[in-house]
Amino acid sequence: MEKFFLAISLILGFLTLLCLYRGVFGPTVLDRIISISVIGTKTTIILALVGLIYGRIDMFVDISIAYALLNFIATLASAKFFLTRKSIVPGAKFFKERRFK
Amino acid sequence: MLTILAIIFIATGVFFFTIASIGLLRFPDFYCRMHATGKGDTLGAFLSLTGLAIYNLNNGFSLTTILVSIKIMFIAIFTFIANPTATHAITKSGLECGVVPWTRKGAQK
Repeated sequence: MEKFFLAISLILGFLTLLCLYRGVFGPTVLDRIISISVIGTKTTIILALVGLIYGRIDMFVDISIAYALLNFIATLASAKFFLTRKSIVPGAKFFKERRFK
Repeated sequence: MLTILAIIFIATGVFFFTIASIGLLRFPDFYCRMHATGKGDTLGAFLSLTGLAIYNLNNGFSLTTILVSIKIMFIAIFTFIANPTATHAITKSGLECGVVPWTRKGAQK
Protein backbone atom coordinates (compact mmCIF):
# COMPACT_ATOMS: atom_id res chain seq x y z
CA MET A 1 0.00 0.00 0.00
CA GLU A 2 2.98 2.32 0.54
CA LYS A 3 3.87 1.95 -3.13
CA PHE A 4 0.39 3.13 -4.09
CA PHE A 5 0.74 6.19 -1.83
CA LEU A 6 4.20 6.89 -3.26
CA ALA A 7 2.83 6.72 -6.81
CA ILE A 8 -0.03 9.09 -5.92
CA SER A 9 2.48 11.51 -4.35
CA LEU A 10 4.64 11.45 -7.48
CA ILE A 11 1.60 12.11 -9.70
CA LEU A 12 0.59 15.05 -7.52
CA GLY A 13 4.14 16.40 -7.62
CA PHE A 14 4.14 16.26 -11.40
CA LEU A 15 0.79 18.11 -11.47
CA THR A 16 2.32 20.71 -9.14
CA LEU A 17 5.09 21.27 -11.68
CA LEU A 18 2.46 21.71 -14.40
CA CYS A 19 0.65 24.29 -12.27
CA LEU A 20 3.95 26.06 -11.59
CA TYR A 21 4.15 26.84 -15.31
CA ARG A 22 1.05 29.01 -14.94
CA GLY A 23 2.54 30.57 -11.85
CA VAL A 24 5.74 31.61 -13.62
CA PHE A 25 4.48 32.56 -17.09
CA GLY A 26 0.98 33.73 -16.15
CA PRO A 27 -0.18 36.76 -18.12
CA THR A 28 -1.75 38.59 -15.18
CA VAL A 29 -1.20 38.66 -11.44
CA LEU A 30 -4.50 36.88 -10.70
CA ASP A 31 -3.40 33.83 -12.71
CA ARG A 32 -0.37 33.52 -10.47
CA ILE A 33 -2.50 33.80 -7.34
CA ILE A 34 -4.88 31.01 -8.37
CA SER A 35 -1.91 28.89 -9.40
CA ILE A 36 -0.42 29.26 -5.92
CA SER A 37 -3.82 28.40 -4.39
CA VAL A 38 -4.03 25.19 -6.44
CA ILE A 39 -0.45 24.25 -5.48
CA GLY A 40 -1.30 24.79 -1.80
CA THR A 41 -4.30 22.47 -2.03
CA LYS A 42 -2.15 19.78 -3.60
CA THR A 43 0.49 20.26 -0.90
CA THR A 44 -2.11 19.56 1.78
CA ILE A 45 -2.83 16.16 0.21
CA ILE A 46 0.88 15.40 -0.28
CA LEU A 47 1.64 16.11 3.39
CA ALA A 48 -1.06 13.68 4.52
CA LEU A 49 0.25 11.04 2.09
CA VAL A 50 3.83 11.48 3.37
CA GLY A 51 2.51 11.03 6.90
CA LEU A 52 0.87 7.76 5.92
CA ILE A 53 4.04 6.56 4.18
CA TYR A 54 6.21 7.27 7.23
CA GLY A 55 3.66 5.89 9.67
CA ARG A 56 3.44 9.18 11.61
CA ILE A 57 0.08 10.43 10.39
CA ASP A 58 -0.80 11.78 13.86
CA MET A 59 2.03 14.29 13.55
CA PHE A 60 1.72 15.21 9.88
CA VAL A 61 -2.01 15.90 10.00
CA ASP A 62 -1.42 18.98 12.19
CA ILE A 63 1.05 20.39 9.64
CA SER A 64 -1.54 19.71 6.98
CA ILE A 65 -4.23 21.62 8.90
CA ALA A 66 -1.86 24.58 9.30
CA TYR A 67 -1.05 24.58 5.59
CA ALA A 68 -4.74 24.54 4.62
CA LEU A 69 -5.51 27.50 6.90
CA LEU A 70 -2.50 29.50 5.65
CA ASN A 71 -3.45 28.86 2.02
CA PHE A 72 -6.99 30.14 2.58
CA ILE A 73 -5.80 33.25 4.43
CA ALA A 74 -3.17 34.08 1.78
CA THR A 75 -5.72 33.93 -1.04
CA LEU A 76 -8.24 36.04 0.87
CA ALA A 77 -5.60 38.65 1.76
CA SER A 78 -4.49 39.06 -1.84
CA ALA A 79 -8.11 39.31 -2.97
CA LYS A 80 -8.75 42.04 -0.42
CA PHE A 81 -5.60 43.86 -1.51
CA PHE A 82 -6.60 43.94 -5.18
CA LEU A 83 -10.16 44.87 -4.24
CA THR A 84 -8.92 48.06 -2.57
CA ARG A 85 -6.14 48.77 -5.06
CA LYS A 86 -8.54 48.82 -8.05
CA SER A 87 -5.91 47.80 -10.58
CA ILE A 88 -3.86 44.74 -11.44
CA VAL A 89 -1.32 46.54 -13.61
CA PRO A 90 2.06 46.38 -11.80
CA GLY A 91 3.12 49.97 -12.38
CA ALA A 92 -0.16 51.63 -11.49
CA LYS A 93 -0.51 54.18 -8.78
CA PHE A 94 -1.33 52.69 -5.43
CA PHE A 95 -4.77 53.16 -3.91
CA LYS A 96 -6.15 55.59 -6.44
CA GLU A 97 -9.63 55.80 -5.01
CA ARG A 98 -10.83 54.24 -1.86
CA ARG A 99 -14.43 53.34 -1.42
CA PHE A 100 -16.14 54.17 1.85
CA LYS A 101 -19.69 52.90 1.57
CA MET B 1 -12.78 -3.84 2.27
CA LEU B 2 -11.80 -0.46 3.68
CA THR B 3 -8.61 -0.52 1.59
CA ILE B 4 -10.51 -1.02 -1.68
CA LEU B 5 -12.90 1.82 -0.77
CA ALA B 6 -9.94 4.10 0.07
CA ILE B 7 -8.20 3.26 -3.23
CA ILE B 8 -11.37 4.10 -5.18
CA PHE B 9 -11.76 7.45 -3.37
CA ILE B 10 -8.09 8.49 -3.79
CA ALA B 11 -7.99 7.50 -7.48
CA THR B 12 -11.14 9.51 -8.19
CA GLY B 13 -9.69 12.50 -6.35
CA VAL B 14 -6.45 12.38 -8.34
CA PHE B 15 -8.52 12.17 -11.54
CA PHE B 16 -10.29 15.41 -10.62
CA PHE B 17 -6.92 17.01 -9.72
CA THR B 18 -5.65 16.12 -13.20
CA ILE B 19 -8.73 17.67 -14.82
CA ALA B 20 -8.27 20.86 -12.80
CA SER B 21 -4.59 21.15 -13.75
CA ILE B 22 -5.32 20.65 -17.46
CA GLY B 23 -8.02 23.31 -17.23
CA LEU B 24 -5.61 25.68 -15.47
CA LEU B 25 -3.08 25.21 -18.24
CA ARG B 26 -5.25 25.32 -21.34
CA PHE B 27 -8.16 27.70 -20.77
CA PRO B 28 -7.78 31.10 -22.44
CA ASP B 29 -8.82 33.51 -19.71
CA PHE B 30 -8.61 34.21 -16.00
CA TYR B 31 -12.32 33.56 -15.43
CA CYS B 32 -12.25 30.29 -17.36
CA ARG B 33 -9.25 29.08 -15.32
CA MET B 34 -11.07 30.06 -12.14
CA HIS B 35 -14.05 28.02 -13.34
CA ALA B 36 -11.85 24.96 -13.85
CA THR B 37 -9.87 25.08 -10.63
CA GLY B 38 -12.62 26.24 -8.30
CA LYS B 39 -14.67 23.10 -8.87
CA GLY B 40 -12.20 20.39 -9.83
CA ASP B 41 -9.73 21.20 -7.09
CA THR B 42 -12.38 21.31 -4.37
CA LEU B 43 -13.91 17.97 -5.28
CA GLY B 44 -10.49 16.36 -5.73
CA ALA B 45 -9.30 17.47 -2.29
CA PHE B 46 -12.53 16.34 -0.63
CA LEU B 47 -12.44 12.87 -2.23
CA SER B 48 -8.71 12.34 -1.58
CA LEU B 49 -8.90 13.36 2.08
CA THR B 50 -11.99 11.19 2.60
CA GLY B 51 -10.07 8.25 1.16
CA LEU B 52 -7.13 8.91 3.48
CA ALA B 53 -9.44 9.11 6.51
CA ILE B 54 -11.04 5.78 5.53
CA TYR B 55 -7.64 4.13 5.09
CA ASN B 56 -6.45 5.41 8.45
CA LEU B 57 -9.25 3.46 10.16
CA ASN B 58 -7.70 0.27 8.78
CA ASN B 59 -5.32 -0.12 11.74
CA GLY B 60 -8.11 -0.79 14.19
CA PHE B 61 -10.71 1.36 15.89
CA SER B 62 -8.76 2.86 18.78
CA LEU B 63 -9.04 6.38 20.16
CA THR B 64 -5.94 7.61 18.28
CA THR B 65 -7.02 6.49 14.81
CA ILE B 66 -10.56 7.83 15.26
CA LEU B 67 -9.18 11.20 16.41
CA VAL B 68 -6.78 11.41 13.45
CA SER B 69 -9.60 10.50 11.06
CA ILE B 70 -11.76 13.24 12.55
CA LYS B 71 -8.90 15.70 11.99
CA ILE B 72 -8.51 14.63 8.36
CA MET B 73 -12.27 15.00 7.82
CA PHE B 74 -12.02 18.47 9.39
CA ILE B 75 -9.45 19.40 6.71
CA ALA B 76 -11.77 17.99 4.03
CA ILE B 77 -14.83 19.93 5.21
CA PHE B 78 -12.78 23.10 5.71
CA THR B 79 -11.43 22.85 2.15
CA PHE B 80 -14.95 22.21 0.89
CA ILE B 81 -16.09 25.49 2.46
CA ALA B 82 -12.97 27.67 2.10
CA ASN B 83 -11.96 26.94 -1.49
CA PRO B 84 -15.19 28.24 -3.11
CA THR B 85 -15.03 31.26 -0.79
CA ALA B 86 -11.51 32.10 -1.99
CA THR B 87 -12.61 31.56 -5.60
CA HIS B 88 -15.52 33.94 -5.18
CA ALA B 89 -13.36 36.60 -3.51
CA ILE B 90 -10.60 36.55 -6.12
CA THR B 91 -13.12 36.57 -8.99
CA LYS B 92 -14.94 39.54 -7.48
CA SER B 93 -11.67 41.44 -7.06
CA GLY B 94 -10.79 40.69 -10.69
CA LEU B 95 -14.17 41.99 -11.81
CA GLU B 96 -13.75 45.14 -9.72
CA CYS B 97 -10.29 45.69 -11.21
CA GLY B 98 -11.75 45.72 -14.69
CA VAL B 99 -10.44 42.50 -16.22
CA VAL B 100 -12.34 42.02 -19.48
CA PRO B 101 -13.80 38.52 -20.01
CA TRP B 102 -12.59 36.56 -22.99
CA THR B 103 -14.74 36.41 -26.11
CA ARG B 104 -14.31 34.43 -29.28
CA LYS B 105 -13.73 37.39 -31.58
CA GLY B 106 -10.59 38.47 -29.77
CA ALA B 107 -12.09 41.48 -28.04
CA GLN B 108 -9.64 41.10 -25.17
CA LYS B 109 -6.55 43.20 -25.60
